[in-house]
This record gives sequence, structure tokens and C-alpha cells, in this order.
Amino acid sequence: MDDTAVVVAFYVLAAITLISALMVAVVRDLIHAVLFLILSFIGVAGLYITLSADFVAVVQVLIYAGAISVLMIFAVLLTPRSDRDNAAVSYAAPLSVLAGLLGAVIIFVGLDTDWRQVEGDRFGQTAAEIGQALLDPYALPFEVASIVLVVAMIGAIILVRPGNEEEA
Amino acid sequence: MIQLEHVLVVAALLFSIGLFIALSRRNAIGILMGIELMLNSINLNLIGFARFVDSPRPIDGQVFAVFVITIAAAEAAVALALAVSIYRLRQSVDVDKLTLLKW
Amino acid sequence: MRAVVAAWYDFDPFHELYEWIGDVTSSEELVYVIIAVVGATGILSFVGLGALANVWLERKIIGRIQVRRGPNRVGPGGLLQPVADAIKLIQKEVLQPRASDGKLYNLPPILVFIPAMLTFAVFAWAPDMVYADLNVGVLYLLALSSVTSLAIFMAGWASNNKYALLGAMRVIAMAVSYEIPMVLALLAPVLFTGTMSIPGIVDFQRTNDIWLAFMLPLPVFIYAISATAELNRTPADIAEAESEIVAGFHTEYSGMKFGLFYAVELINSLAVSGILASLFFGGYSLFGIDEYIPPWIIFIGKIYFFYFGLIWLRGTWPRLRIDQLMAFSWKMLIPLALINIAVVSAEVLIWRLNEFDSWIFWVYALMNIVMMFVLLQFFFTMLTKNYYRLPRRATLIHDVSVPSLPAPTFTQGGNA
Repeated sequence: MDDTAVVVAFYVLAAITLISALMVAVVRDLIHAVLFLILSFIGVAGLYITLSADFVAVVQVLIYAGAISVLMIFAVLLTPRSDRDNAAVSYAAPLSVLAGLLGAVIIFVGLDTDWRQVEGDRFGQTAAEIGQALLDPYALPFEVASIVLVVAMIGAIILVRPGNEEEA
Repeated sequence: MIQLEHVLVVAALLFSIGLFIALSRRNAIGILMGIELMLNSINLNLIGFARFVDSPRPIDGQVFAVFVITIAAAEAAVALALAVSIYRLRQSVDVDKLTLLKW
Repeated sequence: MRAVVAAWYDFDPFHELYEWIGDVTSSEELVYVIIAVVGATGILSFVGLGALANVWLERKIIGRIQVRRGPNRVGPGGLLQPVADAIKLIQKEVLQPRASDGKLYNLPPILVFIPAMLTFAVFAWAPDMVYADLNVGVLYLLALSSVTSLAIFMAGWASNNKYALLGAMRVIAMAVSYEIPMVLALLAPVLFTGTMSIPGIVDFQRTNDIWLAFMLPLPVFIYAISATAELNRTPADIAEAESEIVAGFHTEYSGMKFGLFYAVELINSLAVSGILASLFFGGYSLFGIDEYIPPWIIFIGKIYFFYFGLIWLRGTWPRLRIDQLMAFSWKMLIPLALINIAVVSAEVLIWRLNEFDSWIFWVYALMNIVMMFVLLQFFFTMLTKNYYRLPRRATLIHDVSVPSLPAPTFTQGGNA
């Protein structure tokens, strides 16, 4: 994959993703933060496409930018306006140092390890291969994931039922 | 040429930004945003490994990423339901004010 | 005749132009870029002209349905009405509410246009005329519709207007609820053809000489209704109807910004008609006639046929309430779509294991049409009976415990 267009796209998308993630930390209003988060999700989906994961990229846009973002927007709008600032805690500066240190450690380990790299196009049709992998070796995690989703759905519905208000 | 190191650096930077957001927000939904960014960086790592690293079945990385997306969706739903429920009970989603279990 | 037609629709001058450029500059990337630009220009010109034509078509046809003539002043038969509309919208004052959200206010008209344009990239206009033959074309179309709802929310939020926000929330709620039956309905053709790429599905329909709409009538019905709701067209335009919510999420947008929202709704209608035509009704193939007529003309004809159907729906059906729409999606369309997926999977399994010929498709068509009528009848009777006898919780007044008062006695002075 040494098309110059793909390399340029990778760097542009990486810049978009990282800058949007930084803006999530920096903006003052929570809804703006959610919108920048959506932009970073779409940037990550673009990065997946440059890494020849087209199915996962479209699934990312569908689920993250289409459903989870909508969930977050609804949750932000259902919570009070006084708590809708994107403020950081008072000890945010040491936290940024900590996060930076952790990132540096991860980068160092990533650059230092000898990954056994293989070049060339490795996937045929990723959707078909993912489907086969989900049915043959990974059938059990597939079923368990569906059970997890059902449980999460039922749990979320029960948590926000109107009858819970009098239990305070 | 895109190489594995580039992908790992981008993912590590995204992870550290997500960690900073998750640790330093006062709003519960802000913390959830940081967690979602961290999960995205993990997915990016997995997809990068699926693309570049020698393995008996290279599609495993993408399958893992699909599972992570699934579980992230379930976890976001439950976390936001919790946030809304906490708002109803305590009239605030500021995590600094949720100190009932403190000693 | 055949040679003339072939020369016209094979776009031979373009092929020679590309080869000449390739020979002169000897760089494949430049030829690729030029081909991409020319193709994009072609598709986008169709989109733009389609938006113009749709304005005229919609107003004329709805006028005729409502027993009146449409616009007939501006050109011969009102043909220049879209131009007049555009000029009117351009010359309007560009208002921005002072309390609106700054830069966030100007983005949504652009952001809502982008997925609408991107939808046309994956259509197969002719056997070798596909702009982007994605492996995951069907899923790509679904992802684009979910991004559209986010841009609409941004419009509603940035207006800083209660009704706009309410309209935007309704749009998002409806979009999310109708995405699920749409995904499940679009899964059925993918199951049969074994590929998610739209040229592949059209090719399947052409080689087997059957339209997937005959085999899968229920997904056509589910997809048509879900797409109408996603587009916020009547009968599902609760979020933007003028008599309901003061134009909903585009209340505060004036001039060409509103024009962009309106144009996007029309372009999205064209896109939905295109998806219906490609996935279910054969795309560019018409049982063999596509060797004599250019396939892209057949495809555009089908698109406009289904767009006429959408306009017909808009002109004749009343508007549904938001709770009726939600109930319809969750209680009827999703179970129908799930049952359909189960039945279709069984049929595909039987077909693939035994390797039948194409005659099995007509058997499946018969079975599926019968199943569709049975299921629809079942669901209609289930959903419309005994509604008022179900126990209902009091939702306006929460359970307030009222202490029992003593029986009122009217002899004593006014205490009771």
C-alpha cells in the first residue's frame, strides 16, 4: 500500500482524529465536546480504511457515530444545564503529565518491539472473512456478545424506568 | 509508506488523550467520552496489528475490533442509563458530588 | 442503429481521451485522477439537475393529486419554477439569531448535503459504470443515513430554539428507530446474492433474470416505509411539518440555508429511490432490453418511477403522530423484519445446499408473497385490537398517596 494518496490520507486523518480528541478535552460546552468526539470517531473510521479494514470502518461509523453518539447527545440533554460544562478538575495539570508519561511509555514499547511484519495485501473481502471467522472459531464469543447486548438493553431500560424516583 | 510504528504512535497518543479526558472530567458523561476514545485507540491498534503483523489468521484482529465495538456500545448504553438515573436521584451528574460511599 | 447507440453509450471519445492523456503524460495516477474527476462531475451534475427537476416534479404532481394545477406561470408549464425558487432563496436576507451557536449554526446545511451526495457514488449505472465499487456498499449506505441524523441534530441545537431542538430530537429518535428495520430489510438481498456490493447485487438480478422484489416483497415494503421515515417525508414528517412544529429543525434557517435543507431532502429521496431500484428492482437491467437502450437511462427511469411513488405517498397519506410512528417501527416493522430474516435465511440455505437452478426463485417468490400477506394480516389484527382494555398506568399524575378524607357532612359549617 505505498500509494502516496493513501499515505497522505493516513496523516491527514490522524491529524484530524488527534486534534478533535484534544478539542474534546478543551472546549467549554459539553455538546461541543460530543460533536468533536463524533468527528474523532469518523476520523478513526477513515484510519481503518487506510489500513484495509473496510467492514470495520463502516461498522464504526454506523455504531459509534450513528448510535453511541446519539445516546450521548440524549444523555447530555437529559441532564441539568448547570452540569453541562466540560470543566476539568483542579488537578488536571499533573494528570496531563501522567497521561503524557503513559503515552510515552506505550510509544517507546511500540517502537522498540520487533514486530514480525508482513507486507502486501492480506485480505480478500474482509466482510466475508469476518463472517466466516465469527461462525467458525468464534461462534461462542459471538453468541455471548449477543447475550451481553440483550442484558445491557434490558438493564438500561430498567435503570431509567420512571418508577425509580421514589426510591431516594 | 504507512508502517506499523505510525499506527502504534497514533493509537498511543489517542489513548493518552482519552486517559486524560477520562481522569480529569467532572461530568460523568465527559468521563464516558474519554473511555470511548480509549476504546477507539485500542481498536486502532488491533486493526494495525491485523494489517501488518504475521499471524496464522490475519482477520483475527478485525474480528476482535468488531467485538470491542459491540461491547463498547453495550457499556455506553448502561453507563448513560446510570448517569440519567443518578441525575434523577441526586439532581446532579457531577462526580465530585457523588460521595455517599466515602469514608 | 446498434452501432450508433453503442458508440453513444460506451462513451468512446472519453476512452480515447484517457488513453491519449495516458500516452502523453505516461503517469497512471493522472489518468486515474482525471477519470475520477470526470465521473464525479457526471454524477454530481445528475444530482444537481435532479434536485432542480424534483422541485418541479413534486409541486406539479402534488398539485395534480390535489386537483389543481401546479405552478404554471414561470415557464412553459412552470418548468422554470425551480430557477425562480432558487433566485428567491438566494436573494433573501441571511439571518442568524444572536443567541445561536456561532460557527455551529453555519455548518449543518453543508454537513447534511455531504452524505446525500456520497450516496450516489456506489450506484451501478451500467455494467461498467460504477464510481466506487465498494465491497460493503449496502452497509455504507446505511452508515450515511445515520450520519445525516447527526447533522440535523446539530441544526436543531445550534438554533437555540426550543421548537427546533424538539424537532431535531424527534428526527433523531425516528431515524434511530427506523434504522433497524432498514438494516434488516436490506440484509435480505445481501443474503440471497452473497455480496454486499451493489453492482454485484444488480448483476445477480440480471444473470438470474429475476428481480429481487418478486422474491422479497416484504423487505421492499419494510424498506420503503423505513426510508420514508428516515427522509422525514409525509407520512412521517412530524419533525418538520409547518402545522406541527413551526418547521422543526430548520426554523431558524433562512434563505439559501433553508434551500439547502430542502434540496437535501429531495436528493435523499432520489438516493432512496436509487437504492430501491438497484437492490430490489434490477438496477440497470430490464429483462434484456438493456442491450438496446443505454442502461443508465433505464436506471434513471426506475429512479424517477420510485420517486413518483414517494411523491404519491406524500400527496395522499395523512401525517402520523410521533408515538404512532415509533410504535409502528418498534412493534410492527422490527418483528416483521426479523421473521423475514429467519425465513429468508432458511430459503437461502436450502437453495445453496441443494444447488437448484433459477426456477427455485419463482417458488420462493410465491412463498414469500403468501407469507407477506399472512404476516401483515396477523400483525394488523394484533396491533389494532383491545388497545383500550389494556391496563394503563397513570402517567400524568404520579402515584400520589391521598389520605382518605372523612365523609363530607353538609350540616356543619364549611369544612368539607
